[in-house]
Amino acid sequence: MNWRRFSLIAVPYFWLLALFLVPFLIVFKISLSDIALSIPPYTPTLELSEGWAGIKDFLSRLDFENFEFLATDDLYWKSYLSSLQIAFISTFICLLIGFPIAYGMANAPKEWQPTLMLLVILPFWTSFLIRVYSLIGILSQEGMLNQFLIWIGLINDPLTILNTNVAVYIGIVYTYCPFMILPIYATLIKLDGSLLEAAEDLGCSRTEAFWRITIPLSKAGIIAGCFLVFIPALGEFVIPSLLGGSDTLMIGKVLYEEFFANRDWPVAGAVAVILLLILIIPIVLYQRNEQKVMEAET
Amino acid sequence: MRRLTWFNATSLTLGFAFLYIPMIVVIVYSFNESKLVTVWGGFSTKWYGELLQNEAFLDAAWVTFKVGLASSLIATVLGTMGAYVLVRGGRFYGRTLFSGMIYAPLVMPEVITGLSLLLLFISIGLDRGLFTIVLAHATFSMCYVSVVVSSRLVSFDRSVEEAALDLGCTPFEAFRLVTLPIIAPAVISGWLLALTLSLDDLVIASFVAGPSATTLPIKVFSSIRLGVSPEINALSTILIGIVAIGTIAASLTTKRAVMRKQREEQMAEQGG
Repeated sequence: MNWRRFSLIAVPYFWLLALFLVPFLIVFKISLSDIALSIPPYTPTLELSEGWAGIKDFLSRLDFENFEFLATDDLYWKSYLSSLQIAFISTFICLLIGFPIAYGMANAPKEWQPTLMLLVILPFWTSFLIRVYSLIGILSQEGMLNQFLIWIGLINDPLTILNTNVAVYIGIVYTYCPFMILPIYATLIKLDGSLLEAAEDLGCSRTEAFWRITIPLSKAGIIAGCFLVFIPALGEFVIPSLLGGSDTLMIGKVLYEEFFANRDWPVAGAVAVILLLILIIPIVLYQRNEQKVMEAET
Repeated sequence: MRRLTWFNATSLTLGFAFLYIPMIVVIVYSFNESKLVTVWGGFSTKWYGELLQNEAFLDAAWVTFKVGLASSLIATVLGTMGAYVLVRGGRFYGRTLFSGMIYAPLVMPEVITGLSLLLLFISIGLDRGLFTIVLAHATFSMCYVSVVVSSRLVSFDRSVEEAALDLGCTPFEAFRLVTLPIIAPAVISGWLLALTLSLDDLVIASFVAGPSATTLPIKVFSSIRLGVSPEINALSTILIGIVAIGTIAASLTTKRAVMRKQREEQMAEQGG
């Protein structure tokens, strides 16, 4: 192996090792430590200068106490469950809203499609924080949504939407919708229209043809879209802290508060480790779906 | 069979209304004379004036810009290298780990990335500030650059590279003279993506920033927590405007490039 090839591989490799993998190992290590009133606020710290005895002493003082604590205090498992529930339901709503949009785009006249595509990509590039912010004014007590609902006579008194879980759902659906639309659109646009014509010629009704041809053939896009919404929604921090209320439990928010407000680094570390373990399942499923799509295309 | 049925027209209209009404409301109310954010008090641009005199926002914007530029340039170089290693690197020890480390940050919750980097910086005793934000942003955006560039590298004809090597180019010359011009569009869009990610990032930056460096998203976040303000509306309008102009310009450029290519192909066919 010549030194050029070695350095080409080594530079990005060691960068990621040092700034991605090693940080994780540190989180894992701290999740096994105990909280302490010092800087940094945990013990034990690894003393490499003491040699083998130092490492042995360090290892003997690690335990799974923080994980046991997570299991006994119901704040944590309630947060995990409620994060899963919020992510799951908002993914489903995203699908219900995103699919008709993607379907409409794919069936729109050809010359409109670049513009429609642009309209979906634009929110995608726009600052996430600003898009969440734009909802605050709409959802507040005297905001647009309440004014509109009163104006059409559906309600008499303004509803409290902001700072509730409803606002969190709306926020996730609103910000992550483009992630659902784009992969579904990508599969629908490739769909061969003659299949639908054949189905209709053979006596299928249009709805039947939709359920038996369009949906199965766009399955890969639907699955990809669902994971692209579900995975980031699960660890979401900005939306629950800006739109949610004090009773909104989401694990990203709990982790942030555990770290900054309570300064309990070991517990924050343990929360992160469990969140990662929960995420591994959807991530592996997502990657498998992507691989299947790649194999089908080649 | 592309026709616009009433169902499709309705779902498109409602869908895009949902995506755009909140942003349009922010833009409209940024020109509101009144301090109250829900009452229309006449047209005014005074909040833009106030925004431009707000030192805290301007400082934060400058910090964000510096971080974005530095981190996106580092990310582009590292990400392109990473993509090249993934696609052309052949076999080497730890290849699976390497591709795992490229793809994992894309799906990692920001709170975990932020927490883990902060703990790293503390445990090696690195002072938090501009430098640590640049390191953090370069790390996660290099993975996005890698994915964008590697999809371009996979799809292009490798024999061009081999021809250059046969004709006496060194591997580095072949990369600079042949590969790089071909993958340049992907490298540029990877760079733009890295820049946008860095300018937008709130969570990771608020973990690794420390008290000395405040980026624009951190500043905006802390003032949003106090409620809606016309100044933030003005700032949002400016940012939405920049993104809109950039996206439209980019799509027009691609469209023109595609049309030029088609015309050249037609002329080549006629000539041959």
